[in-house]
Amino acid sequence: MARGKAVEVYNVSKSFGSYQALDGVSFTIRENEFFTLLGPSGCGKTTLLRMIAGFESPSEGAILLNGAEIETLPPHKRRVNTVFQSYALFPHMTLAQNIAFGLENLGWDRKRREARVAEMLELVHMAPFAARRPAQLSGGQRQRIALARALAPEPQVLLLDEPLSALDLKLRQAMRDELRSLQKKTGITFIFVTHDQEEALDMSDRICVLGKGQIQQIGTPSEIYEDPANRFVADFIGETNFIETEVLSVEGGEARVRTPFGIEITARQKGLTGPGPATLSLRPEKIGMETQADGHVLQGTVSGRNYMGGYTHYTVDVAGQSLRVSRRNARSHADSYEPGQPVTLGFREDSARVLAR
Amino acid sequence: MSDHAHDIRRYPGARALTVVFFLWLYLPIAVVIAFSFNQNRLVSVWTGFSTEWYAAALANAALMDALKVSLTVAVIATTGATAIALMAAMVLSRAPRKGAYRLSEVVVNLPLMLPEIVVAVAVLILFSQLGLANGMLKLTLAHMAFCTPFAFLPIRARLQGMSRDFEEAAQDLYAPPLTAFRRVTLPLIAPGVFAGAMLAFVMSMDDFITSNMLNSGGTTTLPVYIFALIKRGTTPELNAISTLLILASLVIATIALLASARAMRRDL
Amino acid sequence: MKALRTFRFWGLAPAWLLMGLTLIIPIGIVAGVSLGDRGPYGGFDWALNFTSYREILFTMGWTDELEFDPKYLMIIGRTLAYGLATTAICMALSVPVAYVIANAREGWKPVLVYLVTLPFWVSMIVRVYAWLIILGNEGLAEKTWKFFGGGDVDTFLFTPGAMLVGMVYSYIPLMVLPVYAAIEKLDPALLEASHDLYGNRWTTLRRVILPLTWPGLSAGAILVFVPAIGTVLEPMLLGGGKQMMMGTLIQTQFGGGRNWPFGAAVAMVLMALVVIVLILNARRAAGAAKEAAA
Repeated sequence: MARGKAVEVYNVSKSFGSYQALDGVSFTIRENEFFTLLGPSGCGKTTLLRMIAGFESPSEGAILLNGAEIETLPPHKRRVNTVFQSYALFPHMTLAQNIAFGLENLGWDRKRREARVAEMLELVHMAPFAARRPAQLSGGQRQRIALARALAPEPQVLLLDEPLSALDLKLRQAMRDELRSLQKKTGITFIFVTHDQEEALDMSDRICVLGKGQIQQIGTPSEIYEDPANRFVADFIGETNFIETEVLSVEGGEARVRTPFGIEITARQKGLTGPGPATLSLRPEKIGMETQADGHVLQGTVSGRNYMGGYTHYTVDVAGQSLRVSRRNARSHADSYEPGQPVTLGFREDSARVLAR
Repeated sequence: MSDHAHDIRRYPGARALTVVFFLWLYLPIAVVIAFSFNQNRLVSVWTGFSTEWYAAALANAALMDALKVSLTVAVIATTGATAIALMAAMVLSRAPRKGAYRLSEVVVNLPLMLPEIVVAVAVLILFSQLGLANGMLKLTLAHMAFCTPFAFLPIRARLQGMSRDFEEAAQDLYAPPLTAFRRVTLPLIAPGVFAGAMLAFVMSMDDFITSNMLNSGGTTTLPVYIFALIKRGTTPELNAISTLLILASLVIATIALLASARAMRRDL
Repeated sequence: MKALRTFRFWGLAPAWLLMGLTLIIPIGIVAGVSLGDRGPYGGFDWALNFTSYREILFTMGWTDELEFDPKYLMIIGRTLAYGLATTAICMALSVPVAYVIANAREGWKPVLVYLVTLPFWVSMIVRVYAWLIILGNEGLAEKTWKFFGGGDVDTFLFTPGAMLVGMVYSYIPLMVLPVYAAIEKLDPALLEASHDLYGNRWTTLRRVILPLTWPGLSAGAILVFVPAIGTVLEPMLLGGGKQMMMGTLIQTQFGGGRNWPFGAAVAMVLMALVVIVLILNARRAAGAAKEAAA
């Protein structure tokens, strides 16, 4: 599928005083893509979003929108719209007036405007509320209006700055599906900023993991989760066990390592060139306990247990290492292991990843 | 035993003192209003109910002239002060709080920091040096200066309390800066602008020190005229004038308060 | 970015122009005049001497020798004394009042705050006049006094008590409001913690409430003290001629066109007093901020 480039970011840096918020960031976002900027707070993701919107300008580098340089364009001349974290719905205007605001500034005539407002209200299932004011809405409803307002002028790119963070858990789940289907329906490029990895994995076509002002990895959700590029990504996305190991040899994409459990394994690697110390990453759900044990087998003792409802997390001591093991509670009140109980663990070589330390 | 026996927030005597405080606060106002309806020419001797002093006050040409001067000065000074304060507040609420901006903030609030009598003297000397003869112009300029911080503070507070997101959202939705100001910022800070203008208006109407210092033929303001009347002795007519002024102040204060309360409810 | 700078410049220009024209330049001129000579027919002549400042402390005797004369020093002292007394009374009154308002039922709070502010909107001259009636001959104060069996009084007017009542009445809303704001912010859990740790009401007041209300009290003190030492109306109307203060002294020097350089010198002294208080307050506030940050 040959798609055009919606946004191109070239070697962008931004510093506030002595603080380096972004350091040489480059990536390309394709048309119609749901692209997520993911990272811990302070990683520069919101700064990047504000640069695309025009509220900040890069200290260095360039940003292109549909192939055109936008550096000199003020925010009101960029065909980009933002869904603000606070929604920023104008409290003195009705919902219809809020949605029409951008259209008026673009010089749409009244008839076209009214039709578009009705269409947008329909799209977000808020048609009966057109004459209300933002103060009369619930959080989820405000969210929908903020979306409708930003989508109404048919922007080339829609920017979403942690739009779900103010909603409660149940609503957040529902809004995720709604956002995703809106994006499909409208075909507009979405750039979504979040610190919530679950949101990112659930909704995105591609995710850009930002950390310490730099890009750590760009890829599809499964690439990011299953093949993290480095320790930072493996640690930030999901949960994992880091086991310090010794690399014996590197052969292309694989490395042979000696583990502290007294066994040697061969696993996919990232960022290694030759023998030396490295880190083995092994996700808790990829380790089997007792009956499910296959592949490499380890003997250990349960030292801790956290019951989470759908899952139980165990801490198991193996050869002086603490391993987190997660087990689905497939049956009620069964299969429980007590602390102190000896268990057998197993994992497959292809579930483990060797990463540069 | 009463419920309050163990209410740790209650302090014995504090409530009683507060009641006395409020009585004391409103006693003078009540006395003036009550005696304005006194038939007797002597202020302190009550002989019966009458509204004749109101008729006398309203028929007093000198009083009406003073009122006209006060209103003219107050309206012009308030308009000017509010506009200047609004512009300064727009800049200062967004600019970094350092250097020239910090100094500018001090300058805008300068009239609050200096004793009014000093300012009045200063203006008097300046205008005499400039040879400025127009009494109304002098008075209006001086009023505009000391009204500016009163207009500035509520506007500034409102801008500070307003999220910048609204303006950014307006720009994001293709509004050029002036449109964003007219359609989003100004309506949102309107309660602050209104409160500031009201405060400035009342301060100008109330002013005695500066107006008295700059007083010359034809620029006698209401407070200066009332002062002259007081000097001649207390009369029921004075009470009637004072009562009318009190009522005007209460109406303005109430309007200002209700307007800001309404704005707060809307934004919740 | 250039547009932003232009916007900021023109936004501030009118304020600077107005304040420069009506305050900054004029005060410079006042400073100049205070160093000048008294004009033969009122007004002044430019000069550069400290005669006017000297006059505050000394009078010229018959034989051109300087005699120390404390009459103006006493006016300055009286001004400060009234200013401090007014501030102290306002502080003492506002703590219980603000406390009761802050602990009133939710619906009542704005009403009570409104009631505190309301008299402040009433013209200053009307408020002072009202006290003139109450305290004057045969006024409400005298009648109440006699009703409760008080002996003969000459008059309540023109006494320090009358001045203080008038001054406290004029400025107390400026104290109650910041103190209320400070007490309002006080977390009730802090009071509960104090009682939980065996503190009684008075220990709680002294060790918890007052220290946390201090920022409000000190802000209010500035708001009251600065206008109080420059006041003109109360000494003229409630104090009679007997209670001359710096404000009235300055006023008389200019009123009759009598001695502008001397009036300007007193004005500079008054301004210096205010500036000293403001600087002390700013340093205290900066110190408190540093302490809070540490």
